[in-house]
Amino acid sequence: MTNTELLFDLTPTEEQQMTREVVQRFAREEMAAAARAADEAGALPEGYLLKTVDLGLNFMPIPEALGGVGAGRSPVSNVLNIEDLARGDMSMAIAALAPLSVINCIMDFGTPAQQERISQALATAEFTPAGLALMESGIGFDARQLKTRAVAQGDGSYILSGAKSMVAFGPEAKILVVFADTGEEGTQGFVLEADTAGVSFEKEDYMGLRPLPLYAMTLADVSVPASARLHESFDIGRMMSLGKIAMSALAVGTCQAMLDYVVPYVNERAAFGEPISNRQAVAFMVADMATEIEGLRLMTYRAAAQAEQNMDFSRNAFLSHRNAIKYGMKVGTDGVQLLGGHGFTREHPVEMWYRNLRALATLDGMLLA
Amino acid sequence: MINLEIPKKIEDTRALLHQFSLNGLRPLSRKYDLLEQKEMPEELYELVKLLKGGRSQAEKRADPAAEAGNVNGSNLSMVVSSAELCWGDVGLFLALPSIGLGNAAVSAVATEEQKTEWGDLFASMAITEPGAGSDSAAIKTTATLDGDEYVLNGTKIFVTDGYRSKQVVVWASLDLKMGKAAIKSFLVPKGTPGMTVTRVEHKLGIRSSDTAQIVLEDCRVPKANLLGNPEIAKTADARKKAFGGVMQTFDNTRPMVAAQAVGLARAALDMTLELLKEEGVELDYNKSYHQMSAVESDLYDMEADYETARLLVLKAAWMADNKQPNSKNASMSKAKAGRMGNQVALKCVEICGQLGYSKAHLLEKFARDSKIIDIYEGTQQIQQLIVARQVLGKSSSELK
Repeated sequence: MTNTELLFDLTPTEEQQMTREVVQRFAREEMAAAARAADEAGALPEGYLLKTVDLGLNFMPIPEALGGVGAGRSPVSNVLNIEDLARGDMSMAIAALAPLSVINCIMDFGTPAQQERISQALATAEFTPAGLALMESGIGFDARQLKTRAVAQGDGSYILSGAKSMVAFGPEAKILVVFADTGEEGTQGFVLEADTAGVSFEKEDYMGLRPLPLYAMTLADVSVPASARLHESFDIGRMMSLGKIAMSALAVGTCQAMLDYVVPYVNERAAFGEPISNRQAVAFMVADMATEIEGLRLMTYRAAAQAEQNMDFSRNAFLSHRNAIKYGMKVGTDGVQLLGGHGFTREHPVEMWYRNLRALATLDGMLLA
Repeated sequence: MINLEIPKKIEDTRALLHQFSLNGLRPLSRKYDLLEQKEMPEELYELVKLLKGGRSQAEKRADPAAEAGNVNGSNLSMVVSSAELCWGDVGLFLALPSIGLGNAAVSAVATEEQKTEWGDLFASMAITEPGAGSDSAAIKTTATLDGDEYVLNGTKIFVTDGYRSKQVVVWASLDLKMGKAAIKSFLVPKGTPGMTVTRVEHKLGIRSSDTAQIVLEDCRVPKANLLGNPEIAKTADARKKAFGGVMQTFDNTRPMVAAQAVGLARAALDMTLELLKEEGVELDYNKSYHQMSAVESDLYDMEADYETARLLVLKAAWMADNKQPNSKNASMSKAKAGRMGNQVALKCVEICGQLGYSKAHLLEKFARDSKIIDIYEGTQQIQQLIVARQVLGKSSSELK
């Protein structure tokens, strides 16, 4: 359904604007400043996750009756938050937002009992690790053809078996939503706890996203009750599309951080007696970076706004993610190029963004808008 | 509230123009591409009447679409309309008398008396010279005050609609020594002694639109035909500002021209998808990268670039409607849309093979037409320069 009475508008609501100011300050002070050390350490800064709780983001989509703010599901607000946090640091943004994505998933596709359970578990004064477990190891991942199986038992329960990859927080997670192929009913989601019998984890290492705790998850005949399965209205296509929007927003924020860093650098760096940015070869690369980032931002906002208005947003989500992969990485590689040899060293964050941006091709289902 | 859909009022006009493009312009596309005549396509007179009728009806319906702090005004509606008409045919769109690029320049400053005196406007814009293209401050055409008249001398090229238009807006310098600040524009009605159309170009594309060379030899126009302020700014700062004012009109027109590429690209994609449908190729926006053919992958990329360019154009126009400085965004939209339109149109010919290259279809024409949109109203490189200066905070003397 199209709400055609709405005007074209790029102004966030007052509430969104206020949240943005808080989130952007947090990204500058608590994230950007700590990002490099976290990357080197391969671990989130001490106390970081707890600080993110003060942003109150988890409470927004949860109804008042369940202890939340009751602001409703807002993919646009999510996109703004993801963009602003990723501008601070992509790994730290994903870590902070993984539990919110579980909340969003359950608000969209969970049973009333699951909604209550998740609200109690995740809308708390402590940071509660949680995540979606969709990705699997291999080339050519397809969320509609998962290798992990869920076999229905006579009593309505399910036996899950298989292996997941890129599971945020792994054994530390309080709640995981595991996606598996049920055969006739295709891909379905199951809510379970990380310490369920038959579940084991092994830490994974990647090219980037180093501070983000990512795990391989093995499910050896894991029994879950019928009540663990998401509501029958679960729609893998819609979830994938919300994931694509979230990835696009991560790209926008990370690329903006790159541009923010590159502009003063090329203005100060001198060669042949003047700033290198006085040369068109350099300046035009910067212009194209800025143009593609702005385009990607608009694509992301549009898909999110369509989702929020209950329009069919699958096409625009698909296209924005495609551009996030293509132009996000272009910005990543051009950013390093503009710093020359210095960009290749770990003295500057551009090589970190380069490594992180490549993840956009393989983060399906990590976050949901 | 963030919403990037077109409001109903503009959408209704767009749907109307789509029919006009489909049934009015498309049937003429090939005919006038082949004829490449100087005269205006005869059928356009009737079509324009239709268009004006439809428009005034639409305008009656349309209250200014505004809510607290947000306007969806003439800029947004113009880019949507332009794109839709260019979905029909860019060349014929340019030939529509109501589109004359000079019209806006005249309407902005002419007095009521002048408007009555000059009659129906179909004004072309004469800026470029053999020795000055992108660098419009370097023009050599002069305007010398002699009593109550200005005397114009010089040569203008690449004047869109220069042959068919009823008036020409000529850029000329009051004093070549004074640089940019002395550049003013003058309305010269056709038939004024001393102004001659000396040549009509034969072009790669947009052949249904005439592109003329105009020579001015002691061409006299009344003093009042100088559009805007006749004074040459005294201080360096004021001079800079004066020319800046002239250049600012581009902030409004660049998204309009960028919209041409958006419409053309949509046309090429629609036609390509239609041809491919017969081959069993259809886009479903669900496929993973590993499941798609190379052709499908190209199509998805083109759709993505098309949508991106379209949104950049809408944003630049929306900013203009809301009086936000949009110079950077106008150039971003023109840069992205210009290269997108050209890449998409050329790729569509490639994908469709012999059918794409054949004159039996319009794809080859779209590919020829598309090139000019990445050139006129500021080339790709000029747009990059403007965006770069803004992003880097550089002056034109630092970043040349």
